[in-house]
Amino acid sequence: MQTTFRIIDEDGIHARPATALVNTATKFKGTEAFAEAKGKKVTLKSILGVLSLGLEAGDTLTLITEGSEEAEALNALQEVMVKEGLGEVHE
Amino acid sequence: MNKISGIAASAGIAVARAFILEHPDYTITKTAVTDVDAELAKLNDALDKSRGELQTIKERTLAELGEKKAEIFESHLLILDDPELITPVMDKIREESVNADYALNEVANQFVEMFQNMKSAYLQERAADMRDVTKRVLNHLLGIHYVSPAEISEEVIVIALDLTPSDTAQLNRNFVKGFTTNIGGRTSHSAIMARSLEIPAVVGTKNVMSLVKAGDLVIVDGLSGDVLINPSEAEVAEYTAKQEAYNLQIAEWKKLRDEPTVSADGKHVELAANIGTPNDVTGVIENGGEGVGLYRTEFLYMGRDKLPSEEIQYNAYKTVLENMQGKPVVVRTLDIGGDKELPYLELPKEMNPFLGYRAIRLCLDRQDIFRTQLRALLRASAHGDLRIMFPMIATLGEFRAARDLLLEEKTKLREEGKEVSDSIQLGIMVEIPSTAVLADQFAKEVDFFSIGTNDLIQYTMAADRMNEQVAYLYQPYNPAILRLVKIVIDAAHAEGKWTGMCGEMAGDATAIPLLLGLGLDEFSMSATSILPARSQISKLSAADMKEMAAQALQLGTAEEVAALVQSRVN
Repeated sequence: MQTTFRIIDEDGIHARPATALVNTATKFKGTEAFAEAKGKKVTLKSILGVLSLGLEAGDTLTLITEGSEEAEALNALQEVMVKEGLGEVHE
Repeated sequence: MNKISGIAASAGIAVARAFILEHPDYTITKTAVTDVDAELAKLNDALDKSRGELQTIKERTLAELGEKKAEIFESHLLILDDPELITPVMDKIREESVNADYALNEVANQFVEMFQNMKSAYLQERAADMRDVTKRVLNHLLGIHYVSPAEISEEVIVIALDLTPSDTAQLNRNFVKGFTTNIGGRTSHSAIMARSLEIPAVVGTKNVMSLVKAGDLVIVDGLSGDVLINPSEAEVAEYTAKQEAYNLQIAEWKKLRDEPTVSADGKHVELAANIGTPNDVTGVIENGGEGVGLYRTEFLYMGRDKLPSEEIQYNAYKTVLENMQGKPVVVRTLDIGGDKELPYLELPKEMNPFLGYRAIRLCLDRQDIFRTQLRALLRASAHGDLRIMFPMIATLGEFRAARDLLLEEKTKLREEGKEVSDSIQLGIMVEIPSTAVLADQFAKEVDFFSIGTNDLIQYTMAADRMNEQVAYLYQPYNPAILRLVKIVIDAAHAEGKWTGMCGEMAGDATAIPLLLGLGLDEFSMSATSILPARSQISKLSAADMKEMAAQALQLGTAEEVAALVQSRVN
């Protein structure tokens, strides 16, 4: 499953929200979670991976989940994106 | 030369002996290891110890500085556990039979380099976090006993090349009176931490480390950005006096933070802050703002390639209202045009942009843009004390047209089942002389006025405030301006309404006595001006100022007005 977001936070994805995303992704043990942006795909369970995407305001980011709890995981991640004011769902 | 300057990163003045904080030598040599498992165990042990330290620092920061400042250490903990870091290090040890410190350093350097090459300044600074975490683990791997700033036990000024976030978190306020570094900027971690610890700091001096020896007497002036090395007795006396004055003032301002704004003779006025983004609210609260007097919504529209959606706007407005916890928030609807451009609107270039198609003029024409903002505002109104004001109103007709659009959207939202507050105050900016002159008529229909002095002055004096050759005509104290302000305030009061001011003039120490005397109800200014203004007002008698303002209105020039205030106040 996947959802694409547009980054709206003027600082892009910085350390605090990246921490929240990684902590959330890590909660779902049996589910793989990835972030894809600018032609690069990284595991969402790595803060260095997420930061390495160098996301800035205006970029699009696709969150991908695969596994037994993929729907719950994607929901939880989407909630972090919106709650942290990071991004909006990009149709 | 004993005086150098850098970037003033945290306010205050400190005088003390220098403590040179030097980081250990992390020269790493590649060695072949025979017992790979022992090397892996060594790595795990170092990671465990580092984790323990970080937990302690995180908890201590949490207790002393709060959640926000502790978050960085949460990120550091995640880096320690990051498979993208740890797996390659372990692989390297296994596959190349090399020492753990070498493997870690090699892999970590790749990440440091990656961050340094990023476009965003923020992400470039994350290289420091990466180094910080790596050094922590290396200390254990290399058996380095690093004398941390936490072990300082006498009053000092810390001198360093740079301070890492964990260095700064360990600074003991009782002993570390200030610090100064070779590198860093106002937004580096060390600077941010210094401000929350309220330790004076000057960063980015470039060479303080090479000029100062341990034990030298040093003065750090975090107000001006100056650092004095082995100052003369006269200099010490001068700065000690400056320090005492500053500390007294801070103590006084702090006491006023949670106090209402009351003049010496008991008249209450409201001091609010001007903000541009939801992030600014923290500063409003910290500086004791009684509300937001001007939320400039333009920033929501800037730096993007299309208009912000209703949802984005709703979230921003709601965040501000919630974080202000029921205190009033005056939101100004879109004020674009003039000197503020939006490339994606492709507005034609104008000969006289300040007299042209801007603000409410544009919004009434481009109703698609305006209605989206009004809907977002109306929906957000359920989350606090929202007040809406329209900018650049020149005629009553414009106000009525804007109000009608608002009422239409309100009805629509209610029909859609959305919650909208019933008590939204609706006002206008008074920045065009025609509106000021006709304020008595406007006052019957609006709930409040907010005087925008920058524009009111430039339109009244017919002087472009961007044009340096006519800058002398920017005269807030000109009796003509004061008379317009008085007309507006009196008109509002006659209808039982209130008047605020959200231009630079509202926070100006010479203007404040006059405005208090003219009966201004709300002063909205930059957050950092609030406490000084509250302190100033607490020493003024509103009755005396009323009499002084009446005199000022009868003077002929701005200079005479300023001289009158000087002679009466202080």
